[in-house]
Formats: sequence, C-alpha cells, structure tokens
Amino acid sequence: MAKVLMKGNEAIGAAAIKAGCNYFFGYPITPQNELPEYMARELPNIGGIFLQAESEVAAINMVYGAAGAGARVMTSSSSPGIALKQEGISYIAGAELPCVIVNIVRGGPGLGGIQPAQSDYYQSTRGGGNGDYRHVVYAPATIQETVDLVMESFDVAEQYRMPVMVVGDGMIGQMMEPIEFKEPKKRPLEPKTWATDGTKGKRKPNIINSLFIDPQELEDHVLKLERKYDEIKEKEVRYENYNVEDADVVVVAYGTTSRIAKNAIAKCEEEGMKVGLIRPITLWPFPDKAFDEITDKTKGVLTVEMSTGQMIDDVKIALNGRKPVHFYGRTGGMVPTPDAIVDEIKKIAGGVK
Amino acid sequence: MQERVIMAGFGGQGVMSMGQLLTYAGMIENKNVSWLPSYGPEMRGGTANCNVMVSDNLIGSPIVTEATAAIVMNRPSLDKFEDDIEANGNLLINSSLIDRKANRDDVNVYYIPANEIAVELGNAKAANMVMLGAYLELTKAVGVESIIEAFKKVFGESKAHLIPLNKNALEKGAEAVK
Amino acid sequence: MAKVFERTNGLTDKPFHYCPGCTHGVIHRLVAEVLEELDVLGETIGVAPVGCSVFAYDYFNCDMHEAAHGRAPAVATGIKRVHPDKVVFTYQGDGDLASIGAAEIIHAAARGEKITTIFVNNAIYGMTGGQMAPTTLEGQKATTSPYGRDVSHAGMPMRVSEMLATLDGAKFVERVSVHNAAAVRKTKKAIKKAFELQLSGEGFGIVEVLSTCPTNWGLTPVESLKWLEENMIPYYPLGNICTPEEVK
Repeated sequence: MAKVLMKGNEAIGAAAIKAGCNYFFGYPITPQNELPEYMARELPNIGGIFLQAESEVAAINMVYGAAGAGARVMTSSSSPGIALKQEGISYIAGAELPCVIVNIVRGGPGLGGIQPAQSDYYQSTRGGGNGDYRHVVYAPATIQETVDLVMESFDVAEQYRMPVMVVGDGMIGQMMEPIEFKEPKKRPLEPKTWATDGTKGKRKPNIINSLFIDPQELEDHVLKLERKYDEIKEKEVRYENYNVEDADVVVVAYGTTSRIAKNAIAKCEEEGMKVGLIRPITLWPFPDKAFDEITDKTKGVLTVEMSTGQMIDDVKIALNGRKPVHFYGRTGGMVPTPDAIVDEIKKIAGGVK
Repeated sequence: MQERVIMAGFGGQGVMSMGQLLTYAGMIENKNVSWLPSYGPEMRGGTANCNVMVSDNLIGSPIVTEATAAIVMNRPSLDKFEDDIEANGNLLINSSLIDRKANRDDVNVYYIPANEIAVELGNAKAANMVMLGAYLELTKAVGVESIIEAFKKVFGESKAHLIPLNKNALEKGAEAVK
Repeated sequence: MAKVFERTNGLTDKPFHYCPGCTHGVIHRLVAEVLEELDVLGETIGVAPVGCSVFAYDYFNCDMHEAAHGRAPAVATGIKRVHPDKVVFTYQGDGDLASIGAAEIIHAAARGEKITTIFVNNAIYGMTGGQMAPTTLEGQKATTSPYGRDVSHAGMPMRVSEMLATLDGAKFVERVSVHNAAAVRKTKKAIKKAFELQLSGEGFGIVEVLSTCPTNWGLTPVESLKWLEENMIPYYPLGNICTPEEVK
C-alpha cells in the first residue's frame, strides 16, 4: 500500500478505524483535538459512533459501558484530561474490559502548558487510579510506530481484557510523517461471551463489575489480575537497543526524546565515542532485560526525559545498582537539544560523577 | 542529503502549507520526511512556523536545531530564527515585509521581494510559493514537478485551477535567486 | 387453589441485603415485573449505581453493569450506543444521581439518550451511613447536618425531576412514591410507561421514586412511610412532569 502523509493525531484515528474501532468517546483538550475531530468526521461514514461527552470523566465511563457491551472502543485526551479519566481506567482494569486510551502528553502539573512533555510517566505506569492494577503502556517514537502500535493495541487489549494506553507527546500528535497501514500479527482472541448484549433468555446474566465486598474474593480477583500481568511481562515487553554492548555510555530515552538522543549519539560517534541507546517501547511492562546487555565496559547510564526524572526510577530498578545512573531532562514543554545531551554524555564518558 | 528547514511567518502567509508541500514532495520522491508545526495559541493570529526534514537517511529528531535553511516571511521570524541556521546554510528573507538586513555573515542570504512578485502574478497569497521556488532553486531538495504533484494531493480537485499560478510563482522565485 | 402471588422472573433468587422496611426491594420488584411483562428481560442491560443499591447487579435477572459513583448514565450511554436495539436502564439513588452524578444525568437527558432512569430519592446517603444529600429536606437531620439542614449554609434541596424536565431531550419525567399500596401501583404504571417510551424510541425517561430510609432516618418502617408522605411529598410533589404529546 502506498504511503500517506498524515498528522499524528489523525493517523491515530485512521489506525483505530482500520483496527475495527467503531466507537469513540472524547472531550476536547489541546494538543490532541485533531483525533476526536477526525473520529467525528470519519466514524459516521462507517456506521460507527463518535460522541463528545460532557467531561473526560463521562467519556471514560461511556468507554466503560461500550467496552462492557462488547465494542472495540477508544478515547483520547491529554494529561489533565487523562488525570480525570483515571477513575474509569481503574474500573475498566478491575472489570477486565478491553479498550484503548491515547494520551498526547503536555506539561504539568495542574493546567500546566500545551507543549510536548513526558511528565505523565508515573501517571501512566504507576496506575493513576486506585488499586492493584496495571495496563500496557506503549510509547511510540515515530508516526509509523504510533500507527502500528495503535492497531495492535486493540488486539492486545482484547487478548488480555485490559485497557491499553498509547502515550505520545504533543510532537507525536502534531507532526506529519509518511505512514502505511500494516496488519498487526494475529493474536488468539476469544469471542466476547462476557459482554452485556442481552441474555436473550439463553444464558445466565453477564455482570460487568469490579466490586468484591468479601476481602478473600477481592484478593483472589487481584491475584488473578496479577497472574495476567506476569504473563504480559513475559510476552509483551518491547524495546529497541542500539550499540549497547560495547558502549562507553548508554542513553535511555523513549518517544520523541529517543529521536533527539539518536541525533546526540550520532554526534558523539562522529567524535569517535561509543554511545548506545535503550529505547523502551513498552513503558509498562518496562524492558528490564534490555539492560542485561550492558557490559562492564559501560561507565554509566544517562536517562533523558522531558520531565524532571520519572522513568529514571525504572532504569534504576532494572540496573539494580550495577551502574551509576545519571539524568538529563527538560520539562514544562521545553525540549532537550542534541548538544545538551552530548554534553551530558561527555561528562559521563570523561568519568565525571 | 539532509535538508533541515525552518519556515516561519505570520498566520495566513501559507507557511504551514509550504512546509507540507515540501514534505509531501519529498515523500513522493521516496525520501525520508517529517513536518513538525508549532502549535497552540501562538498559531492563532500570531507567528506560525514549521520544521521540515527531507533526507536520504533515517530522520532522528524532527526538531530542527541546526537548520540547513530558513525561510522567513516576516520580521519576527527573522529575529527568532536567524541564529538557528548552521554555517554556510541558506537564509531566505521575504524582503517585501522585512525591513532589515541579516546580521549573520557566515550564511548565504537571499533577499526576495516575494509579495511584490506574487502581486505581479496576480495573487499576493502566492508569496509562499515564490519563496519555496527560490529555496528549491538553491537546494534542489525536491523537484518542482513533485511540488506540483504534492499540491494536487494536498489541495485536491477544488484547488486545481490554482496550479498554473503556483507553477508561475515557483518559477519566479527560482529566477529571483539565479 | 388459585395462585394469587408468585415471584417474578425479573429478579434472581439472590436474597436482598436491604434493611428492614427499606423500599428498594419494592422498587426493584416493580422494575423487574415491568421488564418481565414487556418481555424484554433477555434484551435488557441494567446499570447499577454506587449506594445502597450497589448490588442491584446481583438482583435483576438480566445483563448488568456496575458503574462508578454517579456515572451510571454515562455507562448506560456507552451501552445504548453500542446496542441501540436493546433496553438500557440505570437504577440510581439521590446521592449518586443528584450529587456526584449531576453532570452525567443532565447531559444524558440533554442528549435525549434513549435510556430509562429509575431515580430512588430517600433524601439521604444510605450506604455511607446517613449523610446529607442534595435532596435532604430543610431542617432534616443527617450525620453531616447534625443540627438539621441549614439552607443558608447548604442551600435548598434540589428538585431534580423538575430541573431535568426543562431539557428538550427529557421526554418522560414523573415523580411517584411507594408510601402506600395505591402509590406503589401508580409507580409501576410510571415505570412501565417509561420503558415503553424507550421501546418506541422516544428519548430519555426518568421516574423519580420517593423512598424511605428507616435506618438512617431513625424511624420505624411505618413511621418512615408516614414521614415520607408528610414531609417529602409537600416539597417533592407527585405527578407527571412531562410526557410526549402523542401519548398524553
């Protein structure tokens, strides 16, 4: 299929529709508005439903209803809106329903700003909502990868019956790159026998629920979720490693920041330095094993984020004290420059603690 | 070849479309491309700019930090982006609207009266295409025919009648820097 | 011997957990009977609230979806948009619907969602232990209005049905009660009409049912019914507030 040039937000919408998503519930917030606008334009043409909810809270609860009713459904927002959606995300995780949530991240806290940021790493990976739950978090770095992961997200969500989040930043949402739509790999998807679509008098009622008033029942339920999460950690981790094995310094960065880091690494290579990159594609499950490739030769690890340092916690957990971990970041919508990253790499390579 | 271009002006000067046409044309020529706009309130009535990459190699950051070229359509854009051009890069100044000279002496500066040229062609809105024509003449980043092809794809049948005007504008822009 | 009473297939065998004298049981049964009489149990999806009736999902003999506090109308919207040919209802209390879920119910009504809401108003938060609700009457004591609701401080109680009836999308709004047998019969009629209007695709319908809470009101069940009649009905007048023209 020929490549098309699309803005990230619209490409996400197109990918979702290609993946069979017929329902979208959303609420306006910058910088993701082109996505609900695209869905409002396109879904009615294929017999789907776009509905602008009265709030992000209502939107995610509409998703909760539609997912329980058996639909392929999606919502999107940006950071403060995702904060509001956390109630519904926790319920959806608890009730084991599939859906896809897109967060086009902007700076925070509070109303923050509207420029690109990665300061929702904790919110995405630590469960912004209440309770013992996890969900897959994809962090694509290009529009092509965004499209691929959005399409696959619907299958992953249904295979494991859980919400899947795709996290981009304002740049992913706003930029244009050529894309082509490719079928994701086939996954074993069961029929949705649990969906609320009416008993027709032929089966016992289906109940979509996350309430377990008996603590033993709740523990059993949570442990069941935990086993599912263990399986996902086993099977669904994704990352990209570049020249990690013989690197003097290894940079860890995700999303668009990883692309800036690649420019910095190229500059270092021109000067004869050996610098590697670990790019987590799944933020949860975090690619701990990517760090096993780091050898004794490596002097230190540099985490680069558009935040004051959130993913660095997972980097430290993965390294478990094996290497010193350094941090460089810009936040609030400021974007790191390749030169600033090069300076940090040189400090580590030169042995500066 | 890697072109890293900053295009900037005020809203309505067609800065974003100019960038999209270059990006689309690059894609038609099977090059790696990206288009990154500024967004938010500054777009609405203020200055607008976009970063375009056209490259034979994979593109790292879509953010242009050391531009191979800057096309500036108004004075605030010159002030803002003049220092982001790499040494020996190209600075294309719309001299119809920018009343000062460039401060840099280590870049190639071209003064193009884009609005006057566009008005002579019969449509002041074509100033962006004049500037793009000049840029293509200097860099050969993509072929002019690819821009026209991209124009058809981006703007569709309803704007097809504007193709001759835009072709003329691209040519006049090229002549201005020959 | 003639059978004069039997259980409805609209309810499961699960015993109710409600307090003695609570009228939720009666209202559950009315909804269940209506669904059975309309022969739509197999085509119905109900949405349970957070509040005393949180376990409604275990009682109604149809597909059920438990919602977060106040969000039942949003959840029901999601379901109805996926299954426009099914019957979708929410069952909500006054804390759930009138307080935390005010935005969701107003906008479901404003959009004219083709769902039916059973709104059980007993002027108090029951499950959490008798706190003041938006519907708690002036001077009424609750655990968070221990000296009686001071309207200069907490405002006047909300008449939700009248408010919703101002919205064009709300096609059927009626307030009923269960304080005596005649009122119960009227309540069933209203519930039936609301579901019938959903089946004919009219738009949003809500039946507000004035209900009791003997436990948190600190009254016996019989005193509670009397209290409802003497105190609630004067402030929350019974009757139809709006009905589509063609069925009036």
